[in-house]
Amino acid sequence: METYYKPEDLGKFATMGEEAPKLWESFMNYYGQVFADGALPAKEKSLIAFAVALAVQCPYCIDSYTQDYLEKGGNEEELTEAAHVACAIRGGASLVHGVQMKNIVKDQMF
Amino acid sequence: MERVCEEIKSIPGFSQICPEAFQYTSEQPKVLQINVGRKCNLACKHCHLNCGPDRTEMISRSVLSACLSVYRKHGYETIDITGGAPELCPDLKWFICEAEQVCSDIIVRSNATVWLEDGFGDYPEFFAAHHVTLFLSLPYYRAKEADRQRGEGNFDREITCIRRLNSLGYGKDPDKILNFVYNPNGALLPPPQEAMEAEYRLRLAAEYGIVFNNLFCLTNNPIGRFGAFLKRSGNLERYMQKLYGALNPETFEGMMCRTQISVGYDGSIYDCDFNQAADIPVAGRKTIFDLANESYQRRRIVFGRHCYGCTAGAGSS
Repeated sequence: METYYKPEDLGKFATMGEEAPKLWESFMNYYGQVFADGALPAKEKSLIAFAVALAVQCPYCIDSYTQDYLEKGGNEEELTEAAHVACAIRGGASLVHGVQMKNIVKDQMF
Repeated sequence: MERVCEEIKSIPGFSQICPEAFQYTSEQPKVLQINVGRKCNLACKHCHLNCGPDRTEMISRSVLSACLSVYRKHGYETIDITGGAPELCPDLKWFICEAEQVCSDIIVRSNATVWLEDGFGDYPEFFAAHHVTLFLSLPYYRAKEADRQRGEGNFDREITCIRRLNSLGYGKDPDKILNFVYNPNGALLPPPQEAMEAEYRLRLAAEYGIVFNNLFCLTNNPIGRFGAFLKRSGNLERYMQKLYGALNPETFEGMMCRTQISVGYDGSIYDCDFNQAADIPVAGRKTIFDLANESYQRRRIVFGRHCYGCTAGAGSS
């Protein structure tokens, strides 16, 4: 195996239903409902999905939701801002855990 | 012209999947579409006809006259004029004056920017005076994306022209219909039309004070300049799979080829403008002059893999 991530593997996603068809069906049903227009329009959900994909660093989802958002009428500027939101939250999450370090310092040092 | 999409054998030929009943034109034709020439002041990246400033093909008055004969004889409802930039056809004004004697629904598909070229500045007033319905290509509501497809500065130029149309009543008066046409900016499918129209309406009104009637979201067809881009960029297989994956069987019945005829600058006839671009004539290789001498007959439509561009999602025409 020359690489763990191969673009064509995205097309094999449905094979995850082969040994567990009910679970797969339930997941896909849920997935479809999640991304349908609701209180949030489908376009906004697509942008959220893109940002989450960056945060969890899933190349399949980044590919899918970059295209999906553009195909919902979005643009590169909006995707870039969403990428910075993901970055800020990830970076901020690291930084705010620094408070734990400070708590330990305060507890254990003179 | 090279038909690169026929290289993709991983999807079936269109005739194999289209129901037999929809492989013929309808009983009653509706749209007589005339491509008056390939010459254009722009050279858009999505253009399926490879139009541009260097093209010289232009329709003659005799072909236009034959179009009017066929329109009357076969009972079409609409005359749809396209190009190139139709305004570059020297006989366009003459033809519209003749056509309005027999047709109350005349459409011109324009890029608008040509009106800023020397000698073409009176077209907005001409179109308004003759109640021509305008379909303007406007690939996005922002300059960056629109210019990426149509060339630097053309979004601002078009906005200038659209404001002029609004001042003449286009987009406001019931007899001056102003429609925009969206094409994706690359190897992508178009967004849902209703949502995108709302976005255009909001953004164009807020930024530029522009009003319009309808937005049509079209799928880029994998032939011509766009087909060459797909192949060059390595996106051809993926794009064709995308079109095939988005196939919507409900669109078969309403495919534009079922109710229209497409006339080329030289009088050749095609099932649609995409077949014209791909140089796929109607079965029997007739011309508009042949049609002028016979009554309307249903015909078997000639398909290719590019036809998946008209059946993806909500369909496209």
